[in-house]
Amino acid sequence: MNRAKVQHFLWRHTYIFSLLLLVVLLAVNYSLQDNLFELRVLNNSMRTLLPLILLAVGQAIVVIGGGIDLSVGTMVSMLVAMLVNLIDPESTTNEIVLSILAVCGAGILAGLLNGFAVAFLRLQPIVTTYATSFIFSGVALLLLPRPGGQIPTDLRRFYAQTPYGVPLSFYVIGALLLFWVVLRSTRYAQYLFATGSDSQAAYKTGIPVRLVRMSTYVWAGLFAGLAATALTLSTGSGQANIGDNMTLDSIVAVVLGGTSMSGGKGGIAGAIIGVMILRTIRNVIFFASVPTWSQTLVNALIIIAALAGPGLIALVRRVVKK
Amino acid sequence: MNVSDVNNGSGRLVRYRRYVSPPLIALVLAILLFFSGGLINPDFVNLNQATNIVRLAAFLGIIAAGQTLVIISGGEGIDLSIGAVVTLAAMLTFRFTEGRNELIVLGFLLSIGSGMVVGFLNGLGIALLRIPPLVMTLGMTGVVQGTILIVTQGEMIGTTPPLMARLIASPLILGIPGVIFIWLALGVLMWLLLNRTTYGKHLFAIGTNRTTARLSGVRVQWVVILTYMLSGMLAGFGGFVLLGFSQTVFLQLGNNYLFPSIAAVVVGGTLLSGGVGSYWGTMSGALVLTLIDSLLRAMRLEEAYQLIILGVILLVLITAYGRQRSLRQ
Repeated sequence: MNRAKVQHFLWRHTYIFSLLLLVVLLAVNYSLQDNLFELRVLNNSMRTLLPLILLAVGQAIVVIGGGIDLSVGTMVSMLVAMLVNLIDPESTTNEIVLSILAVCGAGILAGLLNGFAVAFLRLQPIVTTYATSFIFSGVALLLLPRPGGQIPTDLRRFYAQTPYGVPLSFYVIGALLLFWVVLRSTRYAQYLFATGSDSQAAYKTGIPVRLVRMSTYVWAGLFAGLAATALTLSTGSGQANIGDNMTLDSIVAVVLGGTSMSGGKGGIAGAIIGVMILRTIRNVIFFASVPTWSQTLVNALIIIAALAGPGLIALVRRVVKK
Repeated sequence: MNVSDVNNGSGRLVRYRRYVSPPLIALVLAILLFFSGGLINPDFVNLNQATNIVRLAAFLGIIAAGQTLVIISGGEGIDLSIGAVVTLAAMLTFRFTEGRNELIVLGFLLSIGSGMVVGFLNGLGIALLRIPPLVMTLGMTGVVQGTILIVTQGEMIGTTPPLMARLIASPLILGIPGVIFIWLALGVLMWLLLNRTTYGKHLFAIGTNRTTARLSGVRVQWVVILTYMLSGMLAGFGGFVLLGFSQTVFLQLGNNYLFPSIAAVVVGGTLLSGGVGSYWGTMSGALVLTLIDSLLRAMRLEEAYQLIILGVILLVLITAYGRQRSLRQ
C-alpha cells in the first residue's frame, strides 16, 4: 500500500489507534487476571458492559452528525423505569416483546424532542439536551418513585445465555457492526457525514441538513431504549437514576474510539472499542491492586493519557517539522 | 452589548434583528419572576427573601465567571472541571486552615493556586495536545476528584474559620451579606478584564475566528491556556467563598454548580460558539436560574414535577434567545 492509501484507510477506519490501545490494555489485563477470557467471566463482564455499548453507539451517531446528547443517561433511567412498570414476573413472551417495543418507541419520541429542538428550533445541543435531561429525570421519578420492579427469571436467564459458546453480547455487537456496515453504504450516511463536517456546505448542496440532524437524536433515543432494555435484563430491577452516570462515560467512549467531537468523522466500531477500553482500564487498576483511594486518580490519568495519545504524536510531528 | 453586526466564525457578517440585549431580557425576567412569586406565596416577596436569593445567586455567579471566559474563547470551549475544582478548593481551605482565622489567607492562596494548576493542565491539553475541551476538562474532573480522595482518604476533616462565615454569609453592612459585595466587585473586575484590557480584546478575537486572530498577531495558544487558568482560578475562588456559606465539605459540593454555571452563561446571552458574551449577562443568568429554583421550591411541588418544570422552563428560556444562526442566509 502506498502512503495515500494508508492515509485513506486510516481516515475511513478512525478506530485503528484505539483498537491497538485496547489490545495492549487487554494484554496487561490478561497478565494480571488469567481467567479474563474464561467464558463465565467474559460473559459476566460483557453483560454489564452492553448497556453502555448500546448507548455509546447512539452517542457516536449524534457526535458524527455534529451534535452532542447530554440527556441519553437520564433517558435510560426513564426507559428502565418504564420497562419495569410494564413487565412483572408473570409476563408472557408477547407482553415482554410489546413492552420492549414500547420502550424503544418512547426512546424514539424522547429523541424526537431533542432533535426537533436542536434541528428546527436551532437550539444549542449542549444546553438543549441538558434541559431535556431534567424532563426525563422527572418522568423517571414519576414512573418509579421507589427503586424496585421485578422481571421474569427466564428473561434474565435468556440474557445470560451463551449460544454456541459465545456470550449473547457478542451477537449483539456483531449485529451493531453489521447495521453500521449497511448504513454506511446508504446515501443517508453520506448526508450524515457531510452534515457533521460542514453543515453550511451540506445545506448548499441540497442535503436536508435539518432532517439529518434531527435523525441523529432519534437514533440516540432508539439506542437509549435498547440500552435500557439491556440494563433491565442485566440488573433485574430499576431505579429512577440508574442510567444518569452513563452520559459522560458514553461521550468519553466515543472520543476514545477516534470519533471527532467536531463532527463528520468516526464510527460506531470506535465507540464500542472505547467502552471496552474504559472497562479494561478499570479492570487493570482493580487487579493491579492499586490502593482504593488512588484508583480514581489512576483511572483518570490513564484516560487522559489515552486521549492525549494522538495529539502528542501530532505535536511531536509539528515540533520536528519546525 | 448592543451589537447589530457581529462577525461570526465564518467571517461573514450576521445581522441580528433583535436590538434588546439578552442580559437585559434576563434581568427583566428575573424581576418579573420575583414578583410573580408573590402570586404563589405572598411571603415570597420581601426584602429578606430578595437578599437571600441574590446571596444564593452570588455563589453561582462567582463560579460561572470562569465559565463565561472559557465559552467566549470559542473552539467548543467549555470547562467541566470547575465543579471538582470548587470542591477541591473548599476542601483544602477546610482542611488546612483548621478553623484558624489567621490562616484564611493560606486557604485563599491554596484555593486560587490549586485552581490555577488544574486550569493550566486543561489549557495545555486543549491548546497543545488538541484534546477537545469537553473531554479534556471531563478527564481533569476525574483527576481532581482522585486527588481529593487521596488527600482526604474519604474523610473530610477540618473546620471553617469563623471569620470567613461572618465576612461571606452573614449580614455585613445594612443587612447585606459580604458575598454580594464580593460578587459586585468581581463584576466590575470582569467588566474591566473583558472590555479594557488587551487580554479581553484577544479573547473575543480568538472566540470569533481563531485564524484571523492568529493572522492579526494574537498568540492564540497562550490566550487559550491563560483563559483556562483564569477559569480554574475563579472556580477555586468560588470554592473558597462557597465554604464560607456551606461551612462543610462533601465530595459533590461543587458538582451542583457545574451545569447550572453553563446554563447561567447561556441564559445571559453568551453564545456557546464563542466570540459574543458578557459577564453581566452571566450575572443576570445566575439570578434567573436561582429565582426559578427558589420559586419551584416555594411552590412545594413533588421533586418529579419540579424537575420537569425546570426542564421546560430552561427549554423556553433558550428558545427565547439561545438560538443559533439559520442555515439559510
